[in-house]
Formats: sequence, structure tokens, C-alpha cells
Amino acid sequence: MTPPAPPLAMIAELTHRCPLQCPYCSNPLALVKAAGERDTAFWTALITEAAQLGILQVHFTGGEPVLRPDLAALIAHATALGVYANLITSAVLLDETKLRSLEQAGLAHVQISIQGADAAAADSIGHYPDGHEKKLAAARMVTALGMSLTINAVVHRQNLAQLPAMIELAATLGADRLEIAHVQYHGWAQHNRAALMPGEAQLREADAVVAQAQAQLRGKMLIDYVIPDYYADTPKTCMGGWGQKLLLVTPEGRVLPCHAAETIPGLTFEHAGERPLRDIWQSGPGFAAFRGTAWMRDPCASCALKGVDFGGCRCQALALAGDARETDPACQYAPGHARMRALAEAEAANAAEAFEYRRYAPPQR
Amino acid sequence: MIVNPACMPVLRRGVRRRFDATRGQNVLLCPERVIMLDDIADAITQLCDGRNSVAEISRILAVRFAADAAVVEADVLGFVQELVDKGLVAT
Repeated sequence: MTPPAPPLAMIAELTHRCPLQCPYCSNPLALVKAAGERDTAFWTALITEAAQLGILQVHFTGGEPVLRPDLAALIAHATALGVYANLITSAVLLDETKLRSLEQAGLAHVQISIQGADAAAADSIGHYPDGHEKKLAAARMVTALGMSLTINAVVHRQNLAQLPAMIELAATLGADRLEIAHVQYHGWAQHNRAALMPGEAQLREADAVVAQAQAQLRGKMLIDYVIPDYYADTPKTCMGGWGQKLLLVTPEGRVLPCHAAETIPGLTFEHAGERPLRDIWQSGPGFAAFRGTAWMRDPCASCALKGVDFGGCRCQALALAGDARETDPACQYAPGHARMRALAEAEAANAAEAFEYRRYAPPQR
Repeated sequence: MIVNPACMPVLRRGVRRRFDATRGQNVLLCPERVIMLDDIADAITQLCDGRNSVAEISRILAVRFAADAAVVEADVLGFVQELVDKGLVAT
């Protein structure tokens, strides 16, 4: 059997610690504490191994990766190996000295999340006082230092009314790219889904706003749009296919095909350092479980698109259809497709607004 | 933004070109994206330095690849437009 093609990028979750408490965080409900994090030597060795395996980009994220005192050293290490360093951050801890040190280490691109278009709305979601203003200040410094800036606007029922203002804000900040991402319902987001799910009319209005802005800003600011699966007819090619393009490493050093893979019972994931990364990627049982199309059942197994979307998201199939081997219910051919849509519409109409914010104490309900 | 022969394309900040030894080809590393470059795409990308117009890039490549100038210009316009639309090149 030919070994799988090498991955293009590694998502490095350096820490789960974060000053913000966004209720849609993609991190798992059981967060890794500081004592469980890996040290600088672990991450530098892993980046070296990843570069030898063929990884071209490393996305430093968390939690809040800026909380790691070794962030600049890790960026410098990646850059020295020719690996493109990307920082995904809340930006609330970035001052000019810090940003300058990261830029000098070779950082190419910074992605800053925003929770709304104004401080009152945004800070009520991030649950961090003055967070919004700190983000805007950091965004301006990123472009002033000559780095590429992406603004990541996470949208849901409670902030979609601010979408036009968020687009304008990103353009005013001089962002090279704006990612408008509807919440993906994994981790904390799945837990808070009823307070976040948009209605269909609200979603279609957002689609139109985005299409108009894309046309207007073509060639100036790229707008990437991620729609919510619950209103889709075709599943997303989650992570570019399980074990096809990306790998993710948790703060504890476990190597995963995606953020939520550990929610799937019965899968075994290995720690980097225990076995060569190349072996984990090529033959690790967790990666092999859903790589390619051999694991599929119908309707996926007989579908012409099986090599395009790879059956969508395994974690969503587990969460909504009860089995990770089922077709992602985002697919119109999945038995649970209508039920998924009905669930979204019922939750959107229910209008519950209270969030359970992301915290170390596990949720009570 | 529609690219025309007078445009002066330049790679935007955060876009870096390098040789990828694993895959044996040049690649364009971009914010949250990787573009694999074939020989023609790589030659065009190298000339997107803000000093050459699309027309000039086309002339240079037509000579280098001994190809029809009009055909080359159509290819260059198409590829530069793709890079502009992906937010990787400014004009």
C-alpha cells in the first residue's frame, strides 16, 4: 500500500489557557491545565519532525498562544526551517514590543478574531473587559509592522445583525483577508448551540450581505465565508479529508486529525515524541480509521462525491447521527438530514440567550 | 478588480515563495493556504514584483518559452486574475 501523501500544515494548540471565554470555542469541554502543557523542547523537536515530514505551514493557536513565553522562539524555529508561521490569536495580550518580537522572529501572518462590531456587543460574548479595543489596537500594529492580517469574524444568531458593520470594521483596519465564519458546532459551541443557532431567514440575509461585499471588495480584501452545516445541502470536506492534509497537536502533545477527534469513542491517538511523527501520520490507528473511503457505508460508499467531501465531518456524524461511520447529516442524502435542519430551526426559534461561558470548570448541564 | 495588460502585479504581504523539497516543486505559501506552482505559474509568480506589467511579463515569457505572445498573455492574465481573486497579488 502506498503511504498517504504528507500533510501540508500542522495546527499547534500550544495551550488551552485563554483570557477570553467565548461560548463557541472549538476547544473540548475538558480543557488542559497549564501543568499538562508541553515544554519548548517538545515543540521545537516536533516542528523539526513536521518540516521533515513535509509540513509547509504551522498555525500557532490555542487557547491563546501568546500566553506562551516561548512563542517567539517557536516562530523563529519554524521560520528557520522554511515553515510558514501563522498566529491565530485573540490579540488582547499583544502590545507593540511583543508583536515586534514576533515579527522579527519571522511571523508572516496574524489572524485576529472579533466577536462583534462594537465594544459592548463584542465584549459581552468574549466576556473580557476592554477586549474589543485591545484587538483593534493590535490589528493596527500588525499591518503597521508589515505583516498580513486576517480578521476572523465569528457569527451567530446574537451578532449577525452586526455583520455589515463587522465587514466595514475589517476594511477600515486594512485587513488583507476577512474570514466570516458561522459557528461550527463542536466543543463549547455544541454545548451552547441553542443560544447561537441562527434562523434560516437570518442566514439567507447574511449570505446576501457577504455576496455583495465580496463583489464590492474583490481584489482589495478577500472575504472567505464559512456557512453553518445545519442549513447546508452538502457536507464540508472537513479538514480537507480525515488524515489527508492537516494534523493537529493538542497542548498535551497528542496528534489528532481534527479538533474534535477525541470525542469519537474507540479511537486511539498517540503522543508526538513516543513514535516518529511520520509513523503516526502514515500508520497511526486514529488516522487510519477514517482516511480515504474504505470505511464508508451507504449512502457514502456508493456516492460519486465520496472522494470529494469524504463523507463530511466524522465528529458531527457521531454527535447527531450517533455513529462516526454514518454520513454527516449535513448531506442531503443522509437519513438524519431533515432532523438536523428541524433541530436548527427549533433552536433558532426558541430564542434562549444565556451562554455557558468557556471556563476550566466543566459545564454543569 | 479586473486585471488588464497594463496592471503591475506584486505579491501581497504574507505571501512567500519557496522550493518544497518533499514535493519537488516551488510553492506559494500564503495566509492559511498553499498553492502548488507548476513551471509556468512559478515563472509568472517570480515576475510579479511590482516592476513588470502583465504585458511585459507576457513578453518575457513568450521569448523564454518560445511561445505565441497572444496565447501567453491570455495565460498570464488568467493566472494573475486568479491570484488577485485569492487575495495574493495586488495590482
